[in-house]
Amino acid sequence: MKAVLARRNPVAKVAAALVFTVALVTTLDPVPPAVAIAIELALAPLFGVGYRALARRAWPLLVAAAGVAVTMVLFAAERTGDTVFQAGPVAVTTSVLGGALGLALRVVAIALPGVLVFASTDPTDLADALVQNVRAPYRFAIGALAAVRLVPLLGQEWQLLRLARRARGVDAGRNPVAAARIFVSTAFGLLVGAIRRGTRLAVAMDARGFDRGGSRSQARTQRFQTADAALIIGALSLAAAVLFAGVAT
Amino acid sequence: MIRAKGFGWRHAGRRAWAVRGLDLRVERGERVLLLGPSGAGKSTLLAAFAGLLAADSGVREGTVEVDGRVGIVFQDPETQIVMARAGDDVAFGLENHAVPPAEIWPRVDEALARVGFPYGRDRSTAALSGGEQQRLALAGALALRPDVLLLDEPTANLDPAGADLVRGALREALDPGTAVVLVEHRVAEALPLVDRVVVLEPGGGIRADGPPDEVFAAHGAGLAADGVWVPGHPVEPRRACAPPGEGLLAAERATIRDRLAAVDLLVRAGESLAILGPNGTGKSTLALLLGGLLRPDGGRIAATPALAGPDAATPPHRWRAPALARRIGSVFQDPEHQFVTSTVYDELALGPRRTGLPDEAIRSTVDELLERLRLARLAGANPYTLSGGEARRLSVATALAAAPALLVLDEPTFGQDRRTWVELVDLLAGLRDEGRGIVTVTHDPAFVEALADRTVRL
Repeated sequence: MKAVLARRNPVAKVAAALVFTVALVTTLDPVPPAVAIAIELALAPLFGVGYRALARRAWPLLVAAAGVAVTMVLFAAERTGDTVFQAGPVAVTTSVLGGALGLALRVVAIALPGVLVFASTDPTDLADALVQNVRAPYRFAIGALAAVRLVPLLGQEWQLLRLARRARGVDAGRNPVAAARIFVSTAFGLLVGAIRRGTRLAVAMDARGFDRGGSRSQARTQRFQTADAALIIGALSLAAAVLFAGVAT
Repeated sequence: MIRAKGFGWRHAGRRAWAVRGLDLRVERGERVLLLGPSGAGKSTLLAAFAGLLAADSGVREGTVEVDGRVGIVFQDPETQIVMARAGDDVAFGLENHAVPPAEIWPRVDEALARVGFPYGRDRSTAALSGGEQQRLALAGALALRPDVLLLDEPTANLDPAGADLVRGALREALDPGTAVVLVEHRVAEALPLVDRVVVLEPGGGIRADGPPDEVFAAHGAGLAADGVWVPGHPVEPRRACAPPGEGLLAAERATIRDRLAAVDLLVRAGESLAILGPNGTGKSTLALLLGGLLRPDGGRIAATPALAGPDAATPPHRWRAPALARRIGSVFQDPEHQFVTSTVYDELALGPRRTGLPDEAIRSTVDELLERLRLARLAGANPYTLSGGEARRLSVATALAAAPALLVLDEPTFGQDRRTWVELVDLLAGLRDEGRGIVTVTHDPAFVEALADRTVRL
């Protein structure tokens, strides 16, 4: 049995995530994103995403947020408030820390809903819902779905291409120019392979009637129900609450 | 069912016609094997029957008419599967043909049962073996209840067990009324499925048409010479004329987690060693290990001083790439993975240039290789534009250019026609007799029969 929010219509989940995060873009204060992160973490189990799984998916996000914070501390133009400590030429003040913290929290708060939605949504269901509930063109939705299936192959292919270059006696050693050249040639090989595969897949899809035009039936049904509307309204209310928390402090 | 009259097709940008002057009728329920040398236009003809030649992608002559619904199964399993779940994939074609939703799932289940698909509808398509994926692709074609089923080398990319599964499914699954046109290099395996053989003439028209026995009696030798795998024309084995020399490279309990269980073996000079085993036992991984391209998780790969001189103390995966290429040449399963320059000539010159040879010596090395592997005509061509057989010959030639003492090949004969196959076997036998070590990972029993002095089974 899927978790209560994981079961919702994929389009409703995406819409709810959008509504919630758009609200956060409008504020610079660190409090609303902090409240938002607390709400997101509290809701994670309802999406059927355990905290360990969430950490595994979201760690690049934490790295990015830390990067943003460090950059802000080093390069922020406005350095008012009390100096907390002095690191060489960099005066780290309360306003700098506040700004850096606010931005880092926002990065996390805005990206987390997307992580939750995609961790709890089957890509096939999303494509079906896009076609059936918001009338997205099926050639786009199903075509993108088929293409996404080929993405994991790219990782394996990249490794093989790199090994094949070494086998040919091509390596860069410590020479950055040679490394760049090898990177370009490997990327070209990857691109050629990807285009070949994409073309073959497109032909195979057309051979099974994908290019027929006209009407198409649906093997799987996605319904947009009252609960899905409620999810979006709930996201709207939470967004309002988060903004209010910002104003109130 | 199929009527072609004076049909011809020239791909945009090509001077030669892929097919020309073709007259052919295929009736309801006929089972036709379509043969011809590489480049005779077999795949183009199937695409024409399937209505897949877009008007803007070439020039057309004559007519092709097909009555009824057409289904087609291609060679590459990976790029035929559209959806993430097996059942959804079979349903994909039915959805496109606007079959009412209530009928879709019964027809999906029926098609899966017909091809003997061993899992349920929810099975992830990414978790299927090549043979299972091809059976799924067949189910996807059969679910549409085709009047004409076209099969473009559906077993060429599979190991023998997978190929047997697909041929078995084909024998069981077809309705008597379905017309079948099959393109296949490996004629002996395909014969039980067909009752008529049509041989295309490269350059246009049909060379032979009739029951298999008659066609092979009259044209067998000619077809074999043209590269078609005709039954009853075996290839002479190439036995080593001298006992193997000293050891070059050893695997000692070498293992990689989740990919390869511990292996012990010794590769010797002047010996051809074949590594066999079913899919998933890590044969390709072992080839990468022996090629000095991966570090073993456990155990070790050790070169002997005969192969590496003073470097024998360090394991091959730590050697610098140029030193590695001079000692161990690797030939990958997909030739295109190994191409790094923009012309065939530069591909072959790359290795020798890195060894700092003078231009004269490089040119003579490259010219000799071009001649030896019938690539001289293509010296200026881009490697990515070569045909399958040409690309395979080039990938072997590139490994030879640096004159390594040991050659490691992963499925070098995959999908090759008989002519390229014989050339490869002759070339490798020659290298072995010069005293080089040859290690081949292969599924190809004919190759093992013709060239292996010793086999290791994983």
